[in-house]
This record gives sequence, structure tokens and C-alpha cells, in this order.
Amino acid sequence: MAAPLLVLRNLTVDFHNGERLSRAVDIAEFEIGAGEAVGVVGESGSGKSVTWLAALGLLPTRASVGGSVRIDGQELVGAPAATLERLRGKRIAMIFQDPSSCLNPVHRIGWQLSEALGLHRGLESAAAQAEALRLLDQVGIADARRRLSDYPHQLSGGLNQRVMIAMALAGQPDLLVADEPTTALDATIQAQILVLLRTIRRDTGMALVLISHDLGVVAENVDRVAVMYAGRLVEEAMGADLFGAARHPYTQGLLAALPALTGPRQRLTAIPGTVPDPWSVSSGCRFAPRCPVAEPRCAQQPPPSRRIGLLHRAACHLAVEAGRSVWAMPQAAE
Amino acid sequence: MTALLKAVDLCRDYRVHTGRGLFAAKAILRAVDGVSFEIEAGRTLGLVGESGCGKSTTGKLALGLIAPTSGSVRYRGVAMPPTGSPPWRELRRKMQMVYQDPLGALDRRLPVGVQIMEPLVIHGTLLPNEHRERAAAVMEAVGLLPHQFDRYPHELSGGQRQRVVLARALMTEPNLLVCDEPISALDVSIQAQVVNLLLDLQDRLGIAYLFISHDLRVVRQVSHDVAVMYLGRIVEQGEAESLFAEPAHPYTRALVSAIPVTGGGSRRERLLLQGDPPSPVDVPTGCAFHPRCPFEVAQCRSERPKLEPLPGGHPGGRRVACHRVGEPAFRVAA
Repeated sequence: MAAPLLVLRNLTVDFHNGERLSRAVDIAEFEIGAGEAVGVVGESGSGKSVTWLAALGLLPTRASVGGSVRIDGQELVGAPAATLERLRGKRIAMIFQDPSSCLNPVHRIGWQLSEALGLHRGLESAAAQAEALRLLDQVGIADARRRLSDYPHQLSGGLNQRVMIAMALAGQPDLLVADEPTTALDATIQAQILVLLRTIRRDTGMALVLISHDLGVVAENVDRVAVMYAGRLVEEAMGADLFGAARHPYTQGLLAALPALTGPRQRLTAIPGTVPDPWSVSSGCRFAPRCPVAEPRCAQQPPPSRRIGLLHRAACHLAVEAGRSVWAMPQAAE
Repeated sequence: MTALLKAVDLCRDYRVHTGRGLFAAKAILRAVDGVSFEIEAGRTLGLVGESGCGKSTTGKLALGLIAPTSGSVRYRGVAMPPTGSPPWRELRRKMQMVYQDPLGALDRRLPVGVQIMEPLVIHGTLLPNEHRERAAAVMEAVGLLPHQFDRYPHELSGGQRQRVVLARALMTEPNLLVCDEPISALDVSIQAQVVNLLLDLQDRLGIAYLFISHDLRVVRQVSHDVAVMYLGRIVEQGEAESLFAEPAHPYTRALVSAIPVTGGGSRRERLLLQGDPPSPVDVPTGCAFHPRCPFEVAQCRSERPKLEPLPGGHPGGRRVACHRVGEPAFRVAA
């Protein structure tokens, strides 16, 4: 098997706030193969965005990053700014939730695209213009030539997100990290953007990390899914395995909390309590306070990451059987 | 039996500037255009649509928070008094509103208990010494703990704040709650808690809801009937389960097909719309949906379709505004 494109080892991110320290991310091991599409699911504060901001060196200085993130053997954590600048955009590009706040409001779309092309590929004037036009075409913007001289405020949210994607593609990256790319968009526009990302991946063979809080968005668009909770990876599996046979109580809870689209309506299974305070310290499983089957050891020892099947791992003390939901057990009664 | 709330042919216009400067041309933006609906006591009408379709304006019109340009709202058969008049204030006790952002709806400098009691102070219904008692009862009903009475909004989690907002709305024992995206700002695992709470409250207190949301899964979970809005008009209306199982209007079909699902299973219809919703200032002629509709014919461009019962009879009193919905080949033409 070929070496993975990106390897994450013992990555930790700590935020300092005066005397206090909070560990926002603590991931022992995570890999992404070339051309692979991986989904990262989690609630707010789960560290799903911070992980990738840390990998790209985009966090403020009050965050300290430990461990290692390598892309094709090249270390990113602690790398000098010049090295990171060469890698950002060219090897790994990132797009964010709100496109209009990422685009510069006082420059035309064409100018901003040409700037990215100049930085990443050394293209200038006419060549950059032509390439910018091609990129806008690639992301499905009709009438691309006229759009080049538009300002971001003249475009809708969906079009702006397409421009962001075009800009991310400017450096021909090997990996695109899309952080909630469709959360700010309407349902019919979200469907358009997701189809676009699929098409681009098919055409360019680029790997994709799709970060989302929406299990459905992730399920339909990636091969493999990682579920994060309070900074840790709790479960990792191929899409079908995760949505069909989740083993971690948190993943099972997330799936059960989703209203069905067909069949009779049943009462939703709600996960009690709330996401833990990032400043709280706990040596055991972070999900233990909300888990219906937690045992005393869960609060004390960190759960081991157990291999369940091919590419399927879950971090839980209990070996929950396949096809059995802990939320359907009598202990889970509200 | 008369409906709890009956809206007939509601319209609401806004005057907007179409250019820059003081003397720019003015245009009329018709945010809500001929919307009619009924809500029975103890039942839920779900209102769905994309941003800018007028669903929030409809919610405000239903409460009389803004006056309609034309059309009428009747509460228990009695016409809505003019906004701000004493009889309207009296009526408002029975109809309350819950907004999307609980932190924005609460005063950060007051303990939540004081805010929960405020509606009683405004309406002066109970003796002051009974306020605290009633607040404690309502807090218990929405799942807040007694010690949280003295907490400030920032000390509570998002889900707890939304419970505070709900508790405050319930203090005057309303018959109708207009919920405008009540769970959109909450995490997935917390959304299920609030959805269950809303359903429990309806069971116990017989409250009717006008539930406004862009999340079709949640709307299906809570609603008895659903109305789908596009550019200020209702395009399809009917019983919730059958509407999601067999959407008839092309726009509803696209919306339903845009909901991402977990777990492949049955192959669903895929209807991907082109383009963005048009500007509400410049609504297309005929059927407002025709520029994005894959089924449009000449008639759609010239003639506005009426909201009419689905031909051939349909369970759940389905009504659709589409010229082509009666054609036999239409259902499979996607």
C-alpha cells in the first residue's frame, strides 16, 4: 500500500488563558490517503476545525501545538513560516464556512484569483487572467468573463463559495480542507456545492477533508468518516460501517438524534447533558458524563482505541456489539 | 369549529431602494404575497423555505407584530386588533414568539429568573407574590433546575438558554407559539432535546405551534401540516408525512431531494436545481419558480398558478401551485 498523503501523530493543541490550560485537540493517530475523501463530524467545540487550523499553522500564538503532522514526509508542526507558506495553498488548501468574510470586499473577483495564481503558480497578467477564467468555469460559474470584474457583494452566497473553491484550486492542492463549506447556504445551493466538490475530486484526484456537523452531508460525500468529541477521535470507519454499524455510544447517539425522513415518526433519542466545558480536566473518557452505559472506570482511565474491523476503530472501554444501540438499552431511559 | 388562527390572503410590502443615495429609485418588495393558512388548537403548522422566502415575515404577521399590507388574521374568529393597541396587547398574552438566537433574545445583565417572570409583570395577570411560584413551575416544565433561577444567560449552555426563552414564552399560558428557527443555533445532540421538549409541551398543554424552519427533517418531526414557501408564496401545503414522502411541486421535490441522508438504502429522486433564488424585488412573471424549474413551459412564464387541491384527490388535503402537476407524465419526468 502506498504511503499515506498526510499523517497525524499525537497531535495536541492547548489554549492558554492566564494560568489555565485547556486541551482542545488530542489525536493519537490519523491518516489520509492520496485522493481520499474523509469526513470529520463533531459538535461545536469538538476540535474538528482547530485540528486543521493547527496543521496549517493558522492558530494564534496563545495556542501551543504539539506532536506531528506530515504531508509526504514533510513536517508541518513547528515548521518555519517560509516553509508553511510554500505548502499552504499549494499542497493543502482550506475553505471556510462563510465565503463572504473570506473574500476581500474591496477587490474584484478576478484580481483576487490572479493574486492567488501569482502566489502559488507564478502566473502573471494575461496568463493569470486566462487561468482565472478557466477556474471560474471549472467551478460552474456561468458568464465567467463578466464575473471576473464583479465584487464579492455582487455575488450570492453560493457563487461566493464557488469563487472560494476556485481560489483554493488555484494552487492545484493535493488536499482540500473544507470547513463547513455549505453550512451558511440554502438547501438547494448546498446540494449544488456538494455536487461540485464531487466533480472536482473526480477530475483532479485531490484528497478532501470535509468538516461538518451534519451527518447527512458527510455520509453522502466521503469514503471514510471520523467522529470527534471534545477534542478526541471517538470513532473512525468507512461511511457504510459508521452509519450502519456505529459502535461508539456517542456516534450511536448522534445518529439516533437525527429525525427520520421516512416511516412513522418516533420520539427522538436525545443525548442528555451538554458538551463538556473545554476548561474542565478529566482523565477518563470525555463522553462518560453523558453516556448511558458508563462504568466507574470510564471516568478514570482514558479509553483505548480498539480495532473493530477493517479501518474501523472506536475509543470506548466497552465492546458494544454490532447492530446494538446503547441508547435502546434500559439504562438509557430518560 | 373555528380555527385557533386563520390567515387569509396575507400580503406585506416593503419599500426598498434599488440604487444608492437619497434619491435612488424606490421599488416595492413584496415579502409575503397572498398567504393563507389555518392553525387548529394543539396542532403544528411547519413553514419551510429558503432564506428570503418570507417565512419569518409570515410569522410576524401571524402575531400582528407587523401589520399586513392587505389580508387578515383572525384569532378564534376575531379579527386581529391594530398592532400596539390595548386589545392587541391583551391578545398577545395568548400568542408568544420564540426566536432562533437565545442569547440575543435574553438580557445579559439580568438573571434568567427575572427575565422569565417579566411577562407577568408586563401583563399584570398574577399577584406579584405568585410570580416566583409560577416561574418555578414553568422552569420545571421545560427542564430547568431551581438553582438556575439566579444564573445569568452567559452561565448557561445554548440548550439551557433556549429552555429559558421557552419558559418565558410559556409564563402567560399561551395557546400559540410562533417558533422562528428555534433550534437552528443548537448542536445536533441538543436539538433533539429541544424538539422532544416542544412535543411534550404540546401534549401536556395543548399549545399550537407555527414552526418556522429551513431544516426539513425537524419540520417533519414536529409538524402535523407543512406549508412550503418560495418567494413570498405558498407553493405546496399538506399533511407532513405524505408531503415528504410524495412531494408534488418541483420546488418541494428539489428541497426533499437535497436533504442529505445517512446510509444509502433506497435510491431517492435527485432533482438538482440550477442557479440561485431570484431577488424578491424582481420576482419573475408567472410562476416565480419557472427560471429554476426543470419542467417549465410557456404557460409557466405568463400565468401565475393558483394553490389548488391536487388533481385526482390526495390524502392529507394536499394543495399545490403548479400548472403541470396534473399531467400524468409529470411525476416520472425527472
